[in-house]
Amino acid sequence: MDITEYIKLVFTDYTLRTITLGTAVLGSVTGMLGSFAVLRKQSLLGDAISHAALPGIAIAFLITGAKDSNVLLLGALVSGLIGTFWIRGIISKTHLKSDTALGLILSLFFGFGMLLLTFIQKQPNANQAGLDKYLFGQAATLVESDVWLMALITSICLVVLLLFWKEFKILLFDADYTKTLGFNTKFIDILITSFIVLAIVLGLQTVGVVLMSAMLLAPAAAARQWTNSLGVMVFLAAVFGAFSGVFGTAISASQNNLSTGPVIVIVAGVFVFISFIFSPSRGLLFKQIRFIKNRRDLQLHKTLSFMYHIAETHENISHPHAIKILNNFQGYTKGTLQKLVRKNYVKLHGSMWSLTEEGFNTASNLYNQQTENNE
Amino acid sequence: MSNAQIEIQLIASLVAIACAIPGTFLVLRKMAMISDAISHSILPGIVIGFFITQDLNSPLLILLAAITGIITVVLVEYIQKTGLVKEDTAIGLVFPILFSIGVILIAKNANDVHLDVDAVLLGELAFAPFDRLLIAGMDVGPKSLWVIGSILLITIGLLFAFFKELKISTFDAGLAASLGFSPAVIHYGLMTVSSVTTVGAFDAVGAILVVALMIAPAATAYLLTTNLKRMLVYAICFGVFSAISGYWLAHGLDASIAGSITTMLGLIFLMVYLFAPNKGIIAVLYREKQQRTEVSLLTFLLHLRNHNEEEERHVNHLNEHINWQKVRSKTVLELALKNNMIVIENNIVSLTKKGKDFTSQAIDYIITNEDSKIEHMKDDFFLFRG
Repeated sequence: MDITEYIKLVFTDYTLRTITLGTAVLGSVTGMLGSFAVLRKQSLLGDAISHAALPGIAIAFLITGAKDSNVLLLGALVSGLIGTFWIRGIISKTHLKSDTALGLILSLFFGFGMLLLTFIQKQPNANQAGLDKYLFGQAATLVESDVWLMALITSICLVVLLLFWKEFKILLFDADYTKTLGFNTKFIDILITSFIVLAIVLGLQTVGVVLMSAMLLAPAAAARQWTNSLGVMVFLAAVFGAFSGVFGTAISASQNNLSTGPVIVIVAGVFVFISFIFSPSRGLLFKQIRFIKNRRDLQLHKTLSFMYHIAETHENISHPHAIKILNNFQGYTKGTLQKLVRKNYVKLHGSMWSLTEEGFNTASNLYNQQTENNE
Repeated sequence: MSNAQIEIQLIASLVAIACAIPGTFLVLRKMAMISDAISHSILPGIVIGFFITQDLNSPLLILLAAITGIITVVLVEYIQKTGLVKEDTAIGLVFPILFSIGVILIAKNANDVHLDVDAVLLGELAFAPFDRLLIAGMDVGPKSLWVIGSILLITIGLLFAFFKELKISTFDAGLAASLGFSPAVIHYGLMTVSSVTTVGAFDAVGAILVVALMIAPAATAYLLTTNLKRMLVYAICFGVFSAISGYWLAHGLDASIAGSITTMLGLIFLMVYLFAPNKGIIAVLYREKQQRTEVSLLTFLLHLRNHNEEEERHVNHLNEHINWQKVRSKTVLELALKNNMIVIENNIVSLTKKGKDFTSQAIDYIITNEDSKIEHMKDDFFLFRG
């Protein structure tokens, strides 16, 4: 199947269109809210919440006996919120640290959820099959109403984000200051956390409990590398998330036996990888290049200062010296010498070099002031 | 009790002990989430190992999976070291990606692999006794019993051999390094033990229960004691107790054993979280209330000391002057009276000699701000606490 054919199929085939739209919307909403989770150092909260949502799904099923995905998601939301606030209770009221609290709630809720799920499976009720799709997610089960629900919640998120933008932003970067300004920090905090929980619960059906945390983190972590502005970061994260969804769906649709969730996560991982390496200001590649450049620069300075100390001993600073005497010197290479010549600090005459007036002046001030041209 | 039932409980208890030991140190070192990451990211290791050996209990598979666990730790640390993202984000990125790779590997080879993700994640303890280990045709017990038993023996051996090194590097990494114990060796040693334990336990009880068995008993024990040895013993006891009671719960409900054990762990944690002396939530809330009242009392006494005017010291005016609610001022007033710090004549409150002594010492405390002092002071002066 080639690309144009696939794109045509996306617009004509009902299932494919629903799934592509669903994962794209999901990716963008998790990316948006994930930015806040990452910046608030609550990255693993997503993992804990998604696991903690499982007993809620099971209990909602036990109570209603129906497999209506909206009711189940409501159960997941309630149980996710309980998990979140219990984690907060543990951290603030006992001396257990946040990682312990997260791990505890994650594993205990999930285990309890498993107990309930296996209990349900043994029930003489034919309706229970398919609950375990929430474990690993099944994008194929998305229907149009699910996508509408996602779109609705995404737009609510967007409105709330825009309404409380400055509150979220200030709480993110300076919580104490926010308090002194008279904002109700607890309310803002609960609001943003609830929306994060909501986004996670939305994704359970598509990517599942286990992989949900990556959906939350990966787009945000990738976006973080390209900008230092919160607004741009949230926007980029939403874009990355949406593209992960679209590409992931495309890849998994074009192959047999590939579930959508893991592929989306891997695509998001590729985004992160690329961002880590190629981002211009923070990326590892450019960091390494800058590092090498700086080292060259220092060596150039060293060579120049060495020449300066030799030239100093002569009355005429342009007195020629043999290149050979530089040979044992660490910072010396043919390249650095050429660079000095290009900068007009040094003149070459055959196998001799001499310092120019300009080079002499630069060298004498080398460690006294910052030179403008950092090359 | 049938033979299989005893074997299941034995395996569960051994897993609980084997997990509680590294778990205690992980909790103390604030690395609890690493165990979660390891438990997920060993999946590709298990899958690749399974392709090679076709046996879930082969030592090679355990080795490969353990190596994947270490790779996870190294990757997390590398990403963290680049400074591009924080540690928790690094953990949250690495393990889902590795896990996804594992899931995809399984899915792509679904036809010729008898391995599914549910089994790895959730385990099925009930089947453990059916996989027997045969040595020279002799049936010597379930395979997983031997696997987890040997892992437990190694863990216990390492624990006794390196107890003081572990202890010192856990509580004071700087001191440990200056005394010549390499923190890196101890760190990776602990990580190796955790990975091996996770791998050894997963096929009996599943990856999630491993996490629960590592973190929950240790966290519960940590609420009850601050002594490392005692914490280890408590954690082991909680683990074994929930393993056995969880088995019977599962038996009664006809549900997953791993899930029931985790539920028991959760119940124990909830009980301790609520009722632990000193660190339980009820004790903490009570203490907070007590401290609030005592601080109010102090403020009140200082107010009295600073004001000689009668209108400032009138009982009915306290509410306005110190800005308290009625109930609050009543409790504080009663406490002060009970402790003989004030006398009330014609609704005018004044300090007694004891009250004056107390306030002058309190001012001392406020100026020097030494935390230990205020508790001594309270012991000296208070007959009744807030």
